[in-house]
Amino acid sequence: MTTLDTFRAQTHAWLEANCPPEMRTPALTDEDRCWGGRRPTFSSEAQRVWMQRMAERGWTVPTWPRAYGGAGLSKEEALVLRQEMAALRCRSPLDSFGIWMLGPALLKYGSEAQKLEHLPKIARGEIRWCQGYSEPNSGSDLASLATRAEDRGDHFLVNGQKIWTSYADKADWIFCLVRTDPAAKKHEGISFLLFDMASPGVSTRPITLISGKSPFCETFFDDVKVPAANLIGEKNKGWEIAKYLLTHEREMISSIGDRAPGKSVGATARDAIGTDARGRLDDPGLRAQIASFEIDEMAFRALLQRSGDRARRGEGDPAMSSALKYYGAELNKRRYELLMAAGGADALEWEGARSDEGALARAWLRTKANSIEGGTSEVQLNIVSKRILGLPGA
Amino acid sequence: MALVLNDEQRMLQDSARAFISESAPVAHLRALRDGRDDTGFSRDLWKKFAEMGFSGILVPEGQGGSGLGVVEAGVIAEELGRTLAPSPFLSTAVLAAAAIRRGGSAAQQAAMLPKIAAAELVVALAIDEGVKHRPGAIATKAVRDGAGFRIDGAKTLVVDGHVADRLIVAARVAADGDPVALFVVDARAPGVAIERTVMVDAHNAARVRLTNVQVGADALLGSVEGGAALLEAVLDTGRAVLASELLGIADEVFARTLTYLKERRQFGRIIGEFQALQHRASELFCDIEMTRAIVIRALQAVDEDPVKARDIVSAAKARACTTANRAVQEGVQMHGGMGMTDQFDIGLFMKRARVAQELLGDAHFHADRHATLNAY
Repeated sequence: MTTLDTFRAQTHAWLEANCPPEMRTPALTDEDRCWGGRRPTFSSEAQRVWMQRMAERGWTVPTWPRAYGGAGLSKEEALVLRQEMAALRCRSPLDSFGIWMLGPALLKYGSEAQKLEHLPKIARGEIRWCQGYSEPNSGSDLASLATRAEDRGDHFLVNGQKIWTSYADKADWIFCLVRTDPAAKKHEGISFLLFDMASPGVSTRPITLISGKSPFCETFFDDVKVPAANLIGEKNKGWEIAKYLLTHEREMISSIGDRAPGKSVGATARDAIGTDARGRLDDPGLRAQIASFEIDEMAFRALLQRSGDRARRGEGDPAMSSALKYYGAELNKRRYELLMAAGGADALEWEGARSDEGALARAWLRTKANSIEGGTSEVQLNIVSKRILGLPGA
Repeated sequence: MALVLNDEQRMLQDSARAFISESAPVAHLRALRDGRDDTGFSRDLWKKFAEMGFSGILVPEGQGGSGLGVVEAGVIAEELGRTLAPSPFLSTAVLAAAAIRRGGSAAQQAAMLPKIAAAELVVALAIDEGVKHRPGAIATKAVRDGAGFRIDGAKTLVVDGHVADRLIVAARVAADGDPVALFVVDARAPGVAIERTVMVDAHNAARVRLTNVQVGADALLGSVEGGAALLEAVLDTGRAVLASELLGIADEVFARTLTYLKERRQFGRIIGEFQALQHRASELFCDIEMTRAIVIRALQAVDEDPVKARDIVSAAKARACTTANRAVQEGVQMHGGMGMTDQFDIGLFMKRARVAQELLGDAHFHADRHATLNAY
């Protein structure tokens, strides 16, 4: 038995013994997911126990070093852990922008003191983070951002506004792009600051979306004092960190293109609409569209795996995350268009217990943001053009 | 299994790329086409394929072959797609070799596999009868006659049919449930009439008519009961390899088009600076990378178990068809008027892509098969 086989057997046994049965079903709603935070809301005791047990083992962030709350696993071991969790259908114990986005950036650019301060709290789900990137006048052209941070020696004085801040109203801390040198070229006057959302001068206002839900906020900064120690990396060198972090955001979003566990679109349509005498979906046009979609879904899943396999061989290309984000987003939008068509009249219900308060229709509308958030599909195609294809002037 | 080629497969890829681009560039196909070559491929080149181990890629080492798998066959097919090199690789080295290796008796294997590996025997698979690939609707009949069979029917789109020494014919046996079985027929047997059909891609195909063709019991490949499963496994081997050829076509056309976008100037600018073209090129790139990933998965899956591979093979062939189709359309369009000239190679890729899509089922056929396999 190789070391990896031993690790697999031990992991399987531990998960089998420690993952509560309630945590072995797919997470369907936002409430099924655990986001942590200073005042965490757990939808069940099982959810709390599962998060804590995994955090104690460092398995909420398995590849992070032990000193920062991780388990120091190799990429191969982390893959085994993911596979064994998938085999038992274990839910993710903790979801957070701290894990997906800030953590990798801190590991690369943070000082030792900053890593020790922030990473273990992310790993244990004690602090919930939000991302202060977009502004009302800086969407796709993110580097034009105008939120000002004046260097006052021992602190920065922050003034300005962010928008589309996911869960800003529920977050404890923010990682935020600010302009520290308005005279410099737009990419060269940006810095990366961390601060407490409870600081005086920070306010948030949820934005109601077409889905009727409010996962995003407007966030306002009015003379917010941020200690100088909360600057990550060098002053005016924040754009490099911002780009690095965006790569991780794209990788996170591209995974939505992968098929979720559970019923396929084809089976959903068959059960809703029925079949003809030959057992074919009783809607030939929809059947052809679904088949074509599912084939693309299979290819996308293969590409996700292949990209991981290539990265493990040291052959990865960071710009591939743009290609994956582009296709994953478009695929998820197609998926929900087809699910709506498959659901027909039932899918149109917006309220009431039968439709789980319009869960499908609201999820469908939510997907329309997939090709906007984290860089629009058009921006991703620009990046592919420039960084992978080497086309001029892109 | 990791969705990347292993070190040995990469070495094969490197040597196949070097050999094929050197000995059979696109100009090789042009010369055969323009000279109206009777054979439709170069027998000298096919002999060299034997020396390289390509013609025997699926033939066991004990029978004189390379003893490799479908992944390796796909690696070679991808390179053939890049230069459009015509050869009996698909008909003989892939389809026939797979059929004989899987279904053949020891005597049949000994009689044919070493000759296939040595490039001394061309064997063509005769499946299709109508204008579309419909292996479930075969009408050719094999009636038991004494110890053997009597075969009647008409086949179309038989790849390398007019130069084949043997045909592997799919026919329905007049028995319970009319099962389909495969028969090895001598191409010169009485009652076999073969007519070459010159195709748009200048690769080989033929119509084959079988009238009262008498074959012995030893012509049957495998068993009557196992015929349908054997046929499906053989077809899926061919489909996965064809998907790889289509990937090679798409990749090559994309590379040539990208080069052109970086050279051609209009309005005082390199046309690759125009975002309208950049986005289309980037979408095509994503399309090709997705198809590359699922083609590798399909090739690996056939090597592991063709029965379990059915769905993934259909997905790969469907994706390869649509991706190659998109690549050649964009290739011609982005080359502008030059893309419409016979002098330019892009049109040749478009023609071969059209035929390779049709062979062994197009994107619609495989989308339908995917839906059926998934019970909707």
